[in-house]
Amino acid sequence: MRIVRARQISQLFFFLLFLWFCVVASVGETWWQLRGWPINWFLQLDPLVALGTVLTTRALYAGLLWALVTVVLTILLGRFFCSWACPFGTLHHFVSFLGSRKKTLAKKAARNRYHRAQSVKYVLLLFLLGAAAGELLAGFPDLLGLSPGQSWPGWVLFIVFLLVVLFLTLRKVAAKKARMAYWVAVCVAVWMLLAWSWSGHSLIGASLQTGLLDPIPLIHRSVNLVILPLVDGGTHQLAVSQRHTQGAWLIGAVFLTAVLLNLSTPRFYCRFVCPLGALFGILSRYALWRVGKNQSECSQCARCEALCEGACDPSAKIRISECVLCMNCLDTCPEDLMGYRTTPSELGEVVSPDLSRRDFVVSLLSGVAAVPVTRLGGTLGANWSPTLIRPPGALMEEDFLKRCIKCGQCMRICPTNIIHPAHFQGGLEGFWTPTLDFRVGTSGCQYNCIACGHVCPTAAIRPITVDEKQGKNDFAQAGPLRLGTAFVDRGRCLPWAMDKPCIVCQENCPVSPKAIFTREHFSPVREAPFMVKSVHGMKVTLQGSHLRPGAVATGDYFCRAITQEKNGRWKIQENTESVLVLSPDPTQKGMPEPGNNLEIQIRLKQPHVDLRRCTGCGICEHECPVSGRRAIRVTAENESRSKAHALLLS
Amino acid sequence: MITSSEERSMTRREFLIRSAKAGACVAAAGGLSLSLYDSKAPQRSQEKGALVTLPDFSMPARNGQMSIVTGEDRVKTVQRALKTLGGIEAFVRPGDRVLVKVNAAFAMPPILSATANPELVAEVARLCFKAGASSVAVTDNPINDPASCFTLTGIAQAARSVGAQVVIPRKSSFKPTTLQGGTLIKDWPLFYAPLEAVDKVIGIAPVKDHHRSGASMTMKNWYGLLGGRRNLFHQDIHNIIKELAMMVSPTLVILDGTWTMMTNGPTGGSLADLKQTNTMIVSTDQVAADAFGATLLGKTASDLPYIAKAQAEGVGQSDYESIKPFRDHVG
Repeated sequence: MRIVRARQISQLFFFLLFLWFCVVASVGETWWQLRGWPINWFLQLDPLVALGTVLTTRALYAGLLWALVTVVLTILLGRFFCSWACPFGTLHHFVSFLGSRKKTLAKKAARNRYHRAQSVKYVLLLFLLGAAAGELLAGFPDLLGLSPGQSWPGWVLFIVFLLVVLFLTLRKVAAKKARMAYWVAVCVAVWMLLAWSWSGHSLIGASLQTGLLDPIPLIHRSVNLVILPLVDGGTHQLAVSQRHTQGAWLIGAVFLTAVLLNLSTPRFYCRFVCPLGALFGILSRYALWRVGKNQSECSQCARCEALCEGACDPSAKIRISECVLCMNCLDTCPEDLMGYRTTPSELGEVVSPDLSRRDFVVSLLSGVAAVPVTRLGGTLGANWSPTLIRPPGALMEEDFLKRCIKCGQCMRICPTNIIHPAHFQGGLEGFWTPTLDFRVGTSGCQYNCIACGHVCPTAAIRPITVDEKQGKNDFAQAGPLRLGTAFVDRGRCLPWAMDKPCIVCQENCPVSPKAIFTREHFSPVREAPFMVKSVHGMKVTLQGSHLRPGAVATGDYFCRAITQEKNGRWKIQENTESVLVLSPDPTQKGMPEPGNNLEIQIRLKQPHVDLRRCTGCGICEHECPVSGRRAIRVTAENESRSKAHALLLS
Repeated sequence: MITSSEERSMTRREFLIRSAKAGACVAAAGGLSLSLYDSKAPQRSQEKGALVTLPDFSMPARNGQMSIVTGEDRVKTVQRALKTLGGIEAFVRPGDRVLVKVNAAFAMPPILSATANPELVAEVARLCFKAGASSVAVTDNPINDPASCFTLTGIAQAARSVGAQVVIPRKSSFKPTTLQGGTLIKDWPLFYAPLEAVDKVIGIAPVKDHHRSGASMTMKNWYGLLGGRRNLFHQDIHNIIKELAMMVSPTLVILDGTWTMMTNGPTGGSLADLKQTNTMIVSTDQVAADAFGATLLGKTASDLPYIAKAQAEGVGQSDYESIKPFRDHVG
């Protein structure tokens, strides 16, 4: 079998496997639903997810150890992942193939020539890693004891350096050595300055943004939140009702743009954008096996260039960091000069990315600086958004942003379809991170469901137990996990504002005892009191009334005589235009008398929320009959994950 | 071969062909415009879909029968209760297609009794098949996420274990209906798909506290056949329950008072909300069944206005003793 055929089989296999994992990521009992399928496997193989979270949290979470396999293989073999396993890469490969058909060899070769802009992906990678590494870098001076105020101030070190420089200058050492010494002194000075300005800086932090461009989270997000809901909207195999994604258009547009750009430039995303490819490019520097020519001269037929996926100049000085190991050149070379060997190419190699030291520093530091700039808005502090409601088990916001890769697995798995990609509720950093919306979807957060935390590949949402969520057994002391609190909007609530009985929210509150309780309130109807004309048994005839028959006979209406002495209410059982039939009530003495003024009242139960019991599950908000802007709404106040947002005293 | 001079000037033949093509295009554009021309603005309301109405699933010869059997074991009590009414064979004939409307409103485990008990559902379905039913479907339009409800309540598994189908509502399952003599159910979406081609309907509901209506039992159970934003009807809860009882004439209702949800209904959520009342009611009269069920909650029929309202519409008899219910105990 030719190696290219083997590669195609591998690509097809991994692509189908990826799609399969997307399909089975649904809660249910059948074999093709979530029954232990490793749906996060691609995300776990992705070393950018692993590296990003390691930089932000200094820990490698559970399944992310899989990334080690990819890293080791890449160090030994080169960028095999891009052309053999990556599902997004496979898609680009295929669409590029479609776009290149019927083009001349020369044209194909021109499209696959190396472009200077291919280094942009390294810039993006460094920028994203810089954003992730800010806290770590800021922590270095502390580790060295350099920051001011520590027991061993760095100023001492600085003075020592100055003395060394002075000494070197006086000794008239070689100019080269002196220059180096100056540089070291300058570096230390800059370091000191940064340490001084960074230490204790509240805005310096780690923000994991790799997921925006990392191809594995990107394709997960696109397939799970856009493609599947679109396709299944017609087939209804995965969900009984249409799944929705807020802001799906943007996820779809990014995906479509990335895919369609292949028509003008093959593997556009892989070559120019992909930060994971960039990481692989850096890792492949010492690859033991690499593609290359076994003699420097060839006929320059450009067949290898025409089919080159990575645009890595195989016929010239091959760029190892760009080579995606598509192996097309091996297959197509008429002189059989191309090989995948341990010896370097005869014509020489470019082993490192086309990136200057200055590019490197600027990209990295921009990333570091971007985080405090976005946080100047105060979204992590006083300016936090109460509409940002995180899934149950989500870490506190600062830690959440260190782990969330925006892959959308939690949104896909949520059986009620209430987890959606946030826009700017959580600031720029929180873009596409999960937030709950209780209007969309089929219910609120289900009382017995803990699916989201168990699929989260990075534990941005912890894998909690039902006991922890409900605050039972071992967690009785801690109480239930609260996503927020339901607030009754008394200006919109039917019993509060419109004198209409309702209490759908109270009924649907899933906790026991209910977090929503009601207080009875009797409200007089709008019509003026009626004069009692005559009373016969339980029948009370009114003077000049024009009631709609049955209008006050719903079981919720009462009447009361307006007299000096305090007397009770009678329940209205039946009514015609002018006659009320009252319900016999053994607790009531007597009946209204002719000449009494009779007030008709409606009995309302007005909902109140018990702050201690409310979990913020949002079922009340979902069920509220005021269907536009709901009359009871959950916001994130009192969410368990943040002490700063608490409302309860203890 | 065409010379260059011929290329520049047009022949008559070419001119005519081009004119004909242009004319055809003009005619097509004009024809299309005229055929689509509409001088009137759209009507205010959209055209209503064809209304559906539910047939009567009751068996007139057996109206007004009720059996009350006490005991802990639901399977035994329901078997005994059905036997006293002549066995399930009296209601389900060979070849009948049976729909079991359960209460699967909440995604809660069966032990909390917020939903129809799965063992009971399975037993009823099994008995239907034993009586020769050609198909048994179990359905509800739950409040919580439908798929989660059927799974977590154990109803889906129980039903499938005896060969019954589970029908989960989809958007296409609903058809508008209007209740004759009703004021609330007007052109309202009804969960019609499972009811469309069945011969018998059996309702199975637990006895539950319900803050708004007083109690949720067999009549309130039909709420799960409504679609749309049915929560609006809570403004007039007693009349909507009455209208639901008028709309659905079931073959049988089974009211499960083995465990009664005394407080925190209709969701419950804690064993502390339940009381063991060990009673199974099987009846062809839903009003009588609910009137008796009220006593399990420590209430009377007069505490639940919808019972009197349903009786006034001739749905059934609230004075359940007058229909002489059969009583028994199985230990």
